[in-house]
Amino acid sequence: MQMSGAQMVCEAIIAEGVKTVFGYPGGAIMHVYDEIYKQDGFEHVLNRHEQASVHAADGYARATGEVGVAMVTSGPGFTNAVTGLATAYMDSIPLVVISGQVPLALIGTDGFQEIDAVGISRPCTKHNFLVRSLEELPRLLKEAFYIARSGRPGPVLIDIPKDITVDIGHFEYPKDVNIPTYKPTYKGNNKQIDKAVTAIKKAKKPLLYIGGGVVLSEASDLVRDMALKTQIPAVETLMARGVLGASNPLLLGMLGMHGNYASNMAMSETDLIISLGARFDDRVTGKLSEFARYAEIIHIDIDASNIGKLVDVDYPIVGDVKNVLEVMLPLLDGVDTTRYDNWRDILKRYDELHPQSYIDSDETLKPQWVIERVGELVGEKAIITSDVGQHQMWTAQHYPFDRPRQWINSGGLGTMGFGFPSALGAKKACPEKIVINMTGDGSILMNMQELVTASEYKIPVINIILNNHFLGMVRQWQTFFYEARYSETDLTFQPNWKALAESCGGIGYDVTTKEEFDEALKDAIAKDKVCFMNVIVNRFENVLPMVPSGGALFNMILPQEQGETK
Amino acid sequence: MTNSINKRRVISVIVLNESSVLARITALFAGRGYNIESLTVAPIPDSDMSHITIATDGSAKVMEQITKQLHKLIPVYKVIEHEEMVEKEMVLAKFPISEHLSDISALCLAYNGGIVNVGKDIIITMVADEPKRIFHFIEASKRYNPVEIVRSGVVAIER
Repeated sequence: MQMSGAQMVCEAIIAEGVKTVFGYPGGAIMHVYDEIYKQDGFEHVLNRHEQASVHAADGYARATGEVGVAMVTSGPGFTNAVTGLATAYMDSIPLVVISGQVPLALIGTDGFQEIDAVGISRPCTKHNFLVRSLEELPRLLKEAFYIARSGRPGPVLIDIPKDITVDIGHFEYPKDVNIPTYKPTYKGNNKQIDKAVTAIKKAKKPLLYIGGGVVLSEASDLVRDMALKTQIPAVETLMARGVLGASNPLLLGMLGMHGNYASNMAMSETDLIISLGARFDDRVTGKLSEFARYAEIIHIDIDASNIGKLVDVDYPIVGDVKNVLEVMLPLLDGVDTTRYDNWRDILKRYDELHPQSYIDSDETLKPQWVIERVGELVGEKAIITSDVGQHQMWTAQHYPFDRPRQWINSGGLGTMGFGFPSALGAKKACPEKIVINMTGDGSILMNMQELVTASEYKIPVINIILNNHFLGMVRQWQTFFYEARYSETDLTFQPNWKALAESCGGIGYDVTTKEEFDEALKDAIAKDKVCFMNVIVNRFENVLPMVPSGGALFNMILPQEQGETK
Repeated sequence: MTNSINKRRVISVIVLNESSVLARITALFAGRGYNIESLTVAPIPDSDMSHITIATDGSAKVMEQITKQLHKLIPVYKVIEHEEMVEKEMVLAKFPISEHLSDISALCLAYNGGIVNVGKDIIITMVADEPKRIFHFIEASKRYNPVEIVRSGVVAIER
């Protein structure tokens, strides 16, 4: 079929089954937008900033597992999208970002809104393309989607010069992809799996270390089966919250810098780490030389470069965690579950000694209470997104996540401003769910223009602003490590949140008590409109436990040791 | 630990011969803090691939990461960490014509080369040999006051 390059872009998006595209038009991408106007195969949402478009596509991808698509113009349109690409890259999220580029003949001449998009995005994409001819466009579109979702997923940028979107040529969307240099390894080596199974049966204190790869590979059910079958206790990383489900008796909690006591002690004392789609991030391990000193390590990861990158591994298994567990589980038939009784008892005592807790107050709202209350009121009905900072850690610690893809946050890059736009994407993908962005008074301002988007497109996202009038996480470090010199973290000067939300067509709530909070949340759910809920919380609350940066995982600052800081 | 000993190593990277593939490789080295001692690249005859030879240094652990990270790049077909290899480097050198031409000629001959161009004021020589011997050649050539020396970087092939 004969059509323009712009039409080809739309046809590919439709063929890939994408329901919603997030983007922002501009000179170099206008021909594509002209075709978007004419088609009805997918919806387009106009965010008010390109960064928000990419985060929204990211939220759409994280909520569904499908490839998210964002579209931006050349130059500043693209550079605004870079933070979104980097965010998705660090968390292995499948995205295709389509950017306009100046016409081929102008490339390299410092043309208006020209920037080397593939050059800039090289280190923060899984792969990227500058399209050089109309003939290769259909194949590159197909490859972009394939690369984004296969293997270890990631964002792919496809940069299309304007004249290619105008030119007319033959279009046939390829059925298959054949990239001779790209063959992801899905199946684990059977001999290695056998060895790992033997190690599990031999271990006395094994530990399941569950990472975000389990979510990406849709392996949560298998991991639940494995825990049930073996009765091996488990810890989750920030990216894996929801995999086992909060009520699972084998789940100790989240580990790492803000992990709970039992989880971090389990990691420090285990004799066998069974790593499932996790990558031994520095926020998880603490000081490497002190990390899991008594443990052998089974490391299952689809990305070979993660294995042996930070810690030496005894049983490396390169493969998709789902495939590997499908092979491994039957081999664990008849495993002696009483073998680990003693170990589970030890960990239970650790948890009783220092449970994940906080001291509630009648005078001020505690952020942890707010999060637990949201969990009680909406629980598994909600998808929770978050920004970055104290509120993110409290949510990861205290929200009762029941299923994978219920918890959406920027783990690797730690991007403030991610929560609101990603919530828009999640809500577009899952309109039947209540979508709540748990945020702070710092982060929310970094993409607050999305109030307008949410109002215009009627995307009722609830933003719960845990407002402590501080850049709280930085303030916490200043309290602990900088002798309380609160350099540039005091956010006492604030907008009128209610008026701000209302001026953009949303609803605002000011909340200072528990009763007000319950009322506001019920009202927000009933009103079904975008809202800012300004929840004033205790100013100097700290996220605890905390492993000081660079310290050993077992050396935690615990709530009991840390009184109220003023 | 033998793992942590830094040592010179040569790797070959077979890549799809497409635009910006070299930039992907060098950006990876720069971004992850790996060193490049020399780098050569040329198309492989009768194929759509190119052969890149990189001389680098690092511990066994770093080398493992370099190899894995390279392999992750989409256009990379194969990464060969050379152990038993034949390794050669070429050098072009310019000498003033006033120097002892027969001595220079004899020197170059000893390193698989000779005089390849004679001009009004200068002569140009070429040698091709193993990197260690190239080092010796450059040292030995100094007494003839070379005007300019250009090294090609190594190419290697596994035995």
